[in-house]
Amino acid sequence: MITMREISKSFRVSRRKAGFAAAAKALFHKEYDVVQALDRVSFTIGDGEMVGYIGPNGAGKSSTIKIMSGILTPDSGQCVINGRVPWKNRVEHVREIGVVFGQRSQLWWDVPVADSFELLRDIYQVPEQTYRHNVEELTELLDLSTLLRTPTRQLSLGQRMRCEIAASLLHGPKVLFLDEPTIGLDAVSKLAVREFIKRLNREKKTTVILTTHDMQDIEALASRILLIGRGRILMDGDLQTLKKENTVYKTLTVEYSGGQLPQLAGATVQQSRPGRATLRLDVGVLPVPEAIAAISRQVGVTDLSVTGGSVDDLVVSLYQKYHI
Amino acid sequence: MKKYWSFFRIRFSTGLQYRAAALAGIATQFFWGIMELLMFAAFYRWSPQNFPMTFSQLANYIWLQQAFLALFVLWRMDNDIFSAITQGNIAYELVRPAGLYAMWFVKNAAMRCSSALLRCIPVLVVAVFLPAPYGLTPPPSLQAGVLFILALLLALATTVCLVMLVYVLTFYTMSPMGIRMVAVSLGDFLSGSVIPLPFLPDWLRGVVELLPFAATANTPLRVYSGQLAGAAAWQAVGLQLFWIGALVLLGNLLLRRALHRVVVQGG
Repeated sequence: MITMREISKSFRVSRRKAGFAAAAKALFHKEYDVVQALDRVSFTIGDGEMVGYIGPNGAGKSSTIKIMSGILTPDSGQCVINGRVPWKNRVEHVREIGVVFGQRSQLWWDVPVADSFELLRDIYQVPEQTYRHNVEELTELLDLSTLLRTPTRQLSLGQRMRCEIAASLLHGPKVLFLDEPTIGLDAVSKLAVREFIKRLNREKKTTVILTTHDMQDIEALASRILLIGRGRILMDGDLQTLKKENTVYKTLTVEYSGGQLPQLAGATVQQSRPGRATLRLDVGVLPVPEAIAAISRQVGVTDLSVTGGSVDDLVVSLYQKYHI
Repeated sequence: MKKYWSFFRIRFSTGLQYRAAALAGIATQFFWGIMELLMFAAFYRWSPQNFPMTFSQLANYIWLQQAFLALFVLWRMDNDIFSAITQGNIAYELVRPAGLYAMWFVKNAAMRCSSALLRCIPVLVVAVFLPAPYGLTPPPSLQAGVLFILALLLALATTVCLVMLVYVLTFYTMSPMGIRMVAVSLGDFLSGSVIPLPFLPDWLRGVVELLPFAATANTPLRVYSGQLAGAAAWQAVGLQLFWIGALVLLGNLLLRRALHRVVVQGG
């Protein structure tokens, strides 16, 4: 159980203009801007939930993850995870969580992955039997068998990420934080990672919180979405409701011969020249098939294409809606 | 405790891999030791009675210093720790169920031990076979020998405590260069690495011998040859214990404050 109440966090960012004069001036007088990374963020996540945490770059996703994993101390607010305050009982807290930072590595660079795993086993004091069982299971699910004997520096990004995820799960954490776990991965590795996370959540009831910019991740994994922008939680809901409640626009491009396009409620003309028009459809008002039917009654359609309506578009429209 | 032992072990065994560095180190240490001895020999020939240590005591001091250099030179710092702080990998260190101070302390101690182990034996063996008074001689008594080992371990602890302060201060300055330079150049002089502390003028020596730097190399090297003996030796060991306590306290205090305002660099 994760409870975040009114968590705020600000950072001081030193800023100066480019150039030598500005650098010299900054020697004597440094200017700082205060950036509000998180502004009264509140939410609750139950055991066994799988939550997608989305928002543009710099919205505060990583800061939230870092507060929940005990790395950062917020300026104000309360956060309790499984009965503990992460930054106050850091050592006890982190024993029960696993964290993957997609952009960093926790594996020792020069030694085989298995050595890193053994060190982690000792750090987390995982009993030998549990450790062996976990490694076996993770090896099978993430297909690690040959990777374990390879030094980290010789792994490809996709292979390394699979090892990183395994490394975070050796001690069988109840909560797993994934900060952009699929960043830079190819399609096959992404699928493997997603499939694994899904299974972990389903079979072990591990609570998973993941941040990502990959909307396919969200579609495949998250039953619940938290949208953050400019440090505030803007929306909290599941993907279906989200799609229903937010206008999804599709773009319909029609090429036609003769006649006049009808005026349709729910369709706005974006581009029009004789014989070709681009319409934006509010599918809540005017579903695509109806639009096509109405148009083909009036004009002779020669070609037709429909684009949009993916989760990506949904997110872009959400960003627009909340001005972030 | 077991996890810290694991840190020690992995760091120690990694350290043993650097054989080329050890060979280069051994060569440097021989050369340095010989040059220093020859320089002092020139002074001693002029008027041996004006010096606070006998030449043989000085030779012991210099050879042990060269042999165990890795245990107590301040400039031996862990670049991984600096980059963890300035590049943001500290995030991963903080999600481990271990105290950051203890974890770094153990890593540093292990690194120094492995490197000292690789280097000390050739230096000691050769120094024993050098002709008197240039060679290494056994300690004057068993008590001095035992006390030397104790003081050596405490010197290692004091040194690591001092280095820990440099790491912790990097949280505040974000660049280790400045403090590192100051700490290293001050430390080298004040710990008797350049000139043994007994050679300093009395007014300066009185102050310098109370500083934490004097609790590093200075203490074990002088205890060995009996230059510090009896009550004075025990006093020096007591001072080591005091500084270890004080520095650990200060380091933890500063670290806790730093972590409270820690910013993970680079997102």
